[in-house]
Amino acid sequence: MKNPEKHYEYAITADALSKHFGDFTAVDRITFNVRRGEIFGFLGANGAGKTTAMRMLCGLSKPSSGEATVAGYDVAAQPEDIKRNIGYMSQKFSLYEDLTVTENIRFFAGIYGLSDAAIREKSASLLRHLQLEAEKNKLVQSLPLGWKQKLAFSIAIIHEPKIVFLDEPTGGVDPLTRREFWEMIYTSARQGTTIFVTTHYMDEAEYCHRVSIMVDGRIAALDTPAALKKHFGAASMNEVFLQLARQATRQAD
Amino acid sequence: MKAITAENIRKSYKNGKETVEALRSVSFSVDRGELFGCIGPDGAGKTTLFRILVTLLLADEGRATVDGFEVVKEYPEIRRRVGYMPGRFSLYQDLSVQENLEFYATIFRTSVKENYHLIKDIYVQLEPFASRPAGKLSGGMKQKLALCCALIHKPTVLFLDEPTTGVDAVSRKEFWEMLKRLKQQGISILVSTPYMDEASLCDRIAMMHDGQFLKTDSPQNITRNFQQPLFAVKSGDMFELLHRLKKMEGIQNAYPFGEYHHAVMKSGMDTEAYLREHLAESPDLEILPVRADIEDCFIHEMQKH
Amino acid sequence: MKEQFLAFVRKEWFHIWRDKKTLFILFGLPVVQIIIFGFALTNEIKNARIAVVDRSRDALSQQYIQRIEASRYFDIESMLGSANEADAEFRKGKIKLVVVIPENFGSDIRHQNKTQVQVIADVSDPNTGTTLGTYIQAITADFQSDINQGQKLPYTIQPEVRMLYNPQLKGAYNFVPGVMAMVLMLICTLMTSIAIVKEKETGTMEVLLVSPLKPVLVILAKSTPYLLLSAVNIVSILLLSVFVLGLPIAGNLALLIGLSLLFTITSLSFGMLISSITASQQTAMLISLMGLFLPTLMLSGFMFPIENMPLPLKVMSNLVPAKWYFFIVKAVMIKGVGMAIIWKETLILTVMTIVFLALSIRKYNIRLANH
Repeated sequence: MKNPEKHYEYAITADALSKHFGDFTAVDRITFNVRRGEIFGFLGANGAGKTTAMRMLCGLSKPSSGEATVAGYDVAAQPEDIKRNIGYMSQKFSLYEDLTVTENIRFFAGIYGLSDAAIREKSASLLRHLQLEAEKNKLVQSLPLGWKQKLAFSIAIIHEPKIVFLDEPTGGVDPLTRREFWEMIYTSARQGTTIFVTTHYMDEAEYCHRVSIMVDGRIAALDTPAALKKHFGAASMNEVFLQLARQATRQAD
Repeated sequence: MKAITAENIRKSYKNGKETVEALRSVSFSVDRGELFGCIGPDGAGKTTLFRILVTLLLADEGRATVDGFEVVKEYPEIRRRVGYMPGRFSLYQDLSVQENLEFYATIFRTSVKENYHLIKDIYVQLEPFASRPAGKLSGGMKQKLALCCALIHKPTVLFLDEPTTGVDAVSRKEFWEMLKRLKQQGISILVSTPYMDEASLCDRIAMMHDGQFLKTDSPQNITRNFQQPLFAVKSGDMFELLHRLKKMEGIQNAYPFGEYHHAVMKSGMDTEAYLREHLAESPDLEILPVRADIEDCFIHEMQKH
Repeated sequence: MKEQFLAFVRKEWFHIWRDKKTLFILFGLPVVQIIIFGFALTNEIKNARIAVVDRSRDALSQQYIQRIEASRYFDIESMLGSANEADAEFRKGKIKLVVVIPENFGSDIRHQNKTQVQVIADVSDPNTGTTLGTYIQAITADFQSDINQGQKLPYTIQPEVRMLYNPQLKGAYNFVPGVMAMVLMLICTLMTSIAIVKEKETGTMEVLLVSPLKPVLVILAKSTPYLLLSAVNIVSILLLSVFVLGLPIAGNLALLIGLSLLFTITSLSFGMLISSITASQQTAMLISLMGLFLPTLMLSGFMFPIENMPLPLKVMSNLVPAKWYFFIVKAVMIKGVGMAIIWKETLILTVMTIVFLALSIRKYNIRLANH
């Protein structure tokens, strides 16, 4: 760690982080910091480079240039340390549908090396909080989507990671459950977990402490929702997003 | 004659040992030239309903017609007349934009030329990429191509199952503008979406949850009929504020809503004063009476059921 | 109707043509298989150097040694006093194989009607070793039948060879019909079953169903390009076997190609049947492999002679289309016989095809299956 103080304050730092695929610059020198315990919204149109940036931060893809740290570890040099210290959940894959609720909890907790006693205790409290005790032996595929996503989030933070990455966690979820999900995010952030989240729902952008909007691989705006709306003279985050995303010239996915 | 009618449609299927009721007695109708939206989360039964109407699935009970034809017995007639865009992008990824379009035109026994006027507005945006494989298009472009393919045989009724899912806000907006233009050409459209904010763009909507229609009406009527007083509340500590609101007796329901929390008051509560009194300790308090939008109504209806 | 059909065939052709990897396999596979089999089996080992240990030194053993000497496969490098000496010769790489003739070779045969020879082969190159062992066995068998002429009680000479892999030396060209059966099966059954199921998986099937297309048309259009591909493969296999392997086509070429096309259609219709009843590419592939490749390989008579199989397997082998095709190709191509001999097999294949086709059209769902 080159600068311990900086890493004490920030859960994520990115400095001119870039990724090229041949001639194509997917991520173009993005620079930002995410504070500990912050809920950081990471927005952008399809093809703006969100997924590539997120992959680099999770230690899954090496940056072409620039630097980034997550939980104080360098994304290029220490990807394994990063993976131990983060949680990850996406809309596309989060749980094994053909395993039961309990089996999923045990499996994911086991991956992160939790002891049997810890797993037992954790899964009991998790099931209680989600009021899933009656369903604990049911296959995940039989649960409604909203429950699945809430369960997936609880499992993503079961090893008490410093940072959790959420990739469109609420896509297709009903409005009521979506809000319950966000309450879980708030609670978790209150306890000091840093939340890095992408979403297509612009009202959810309002729930974030700060929001960045990517356009054509660059961060076109980064601030609190209130400041962004003021700056762009917009009534809602949706308007802010549309104004920025319309500037995009790139046609890719 | 109505474009679509459905009476007491029921459908259940087995998922392992359990029987899941995908549709529990759904009835509605769509007028000619109407843009009708099924709004609801994943798993509400939207796709099952669409598949029954486009003759891909048989309902357990109930009857339905599309363009005057009965969905079970007269399915070949319906298949000739409707345009259908399934939830997944129904394109051949390895065929080019133009090849996809020509293929769909031919299997519907028409040609791109014949109905070009219908898709012209949309297709001009795709023309620069005419020789690009569909798999290499962006989400928004794929969706436009899929719409062109569903339109190319000049259908009388258009079924669009979640056309905007996974598509970014800009493309979504453009897509809805295209639908409005198609409606003006007299095509009846049934569209489904999980995005509540798209409801206001429909002539009428059905709020769908758990295999049922919670409410069917124009979006304006639905929001107008929301009876309870509703307030948007904001403070310096939104998390703490939400907990406080949830504990207050005069509040029926409180939930985050963009930069505010919405507080649905119990009927007959003397409202703003009540809120101010109980939230006096909250820093930077802001309270505004607001009108309900579709999402408020949806949450309200969900809790009633 | 005709335009729909042509448009569909054109689309299928694009799918095949643009998937270069699969295309390469489709055309490369038969060539590679013919060459591999051809190389392994036609590259005979000639004049391999061997040693003989003759403990018997009688007239019969001399005769036996001469018979080995006379074959073009072997050169007798040295006569050794004992099997132990052979070790050193092996190590020096001077010899590939030693034949040990036991004491009383001649008298055992006269008094007990049987005797043994021991064959020790250098298996550092397993292929050569195995092949040489097989050659010695063949020569021994030949020798045995010669001395048995006019015998009431037959003599037996039992060669004791370590490597018991035992291809029939004489039926070396079995593999050409075998490769033809396998390649046609692969392309027609596996590829077509995947082609339809893929549309179910990607969701394009939903749109095809909600269109005025007739099921028969979808099935025919899907199979047409594969029929053409198979025709190309049949021709290329025949060309390779005639010009590269020097295997003449003894029978009527038109008959051979015609019957090969019949088998192609059998395989196609089986592929269609598989795709009508499965929902994922994985399942289709598994069924094709388990239900077809293994039986084709095991029960068609290509790898293992059917005559030697236990009764249940014999009965099962009748259900394998490749068995009948394999018989037809062998008969027409190698033995040069005509329809008079193979009408029964042809009829069986035709009936199988009709059954598969009828089933697949019946099973083709006009709607989606319930979840």
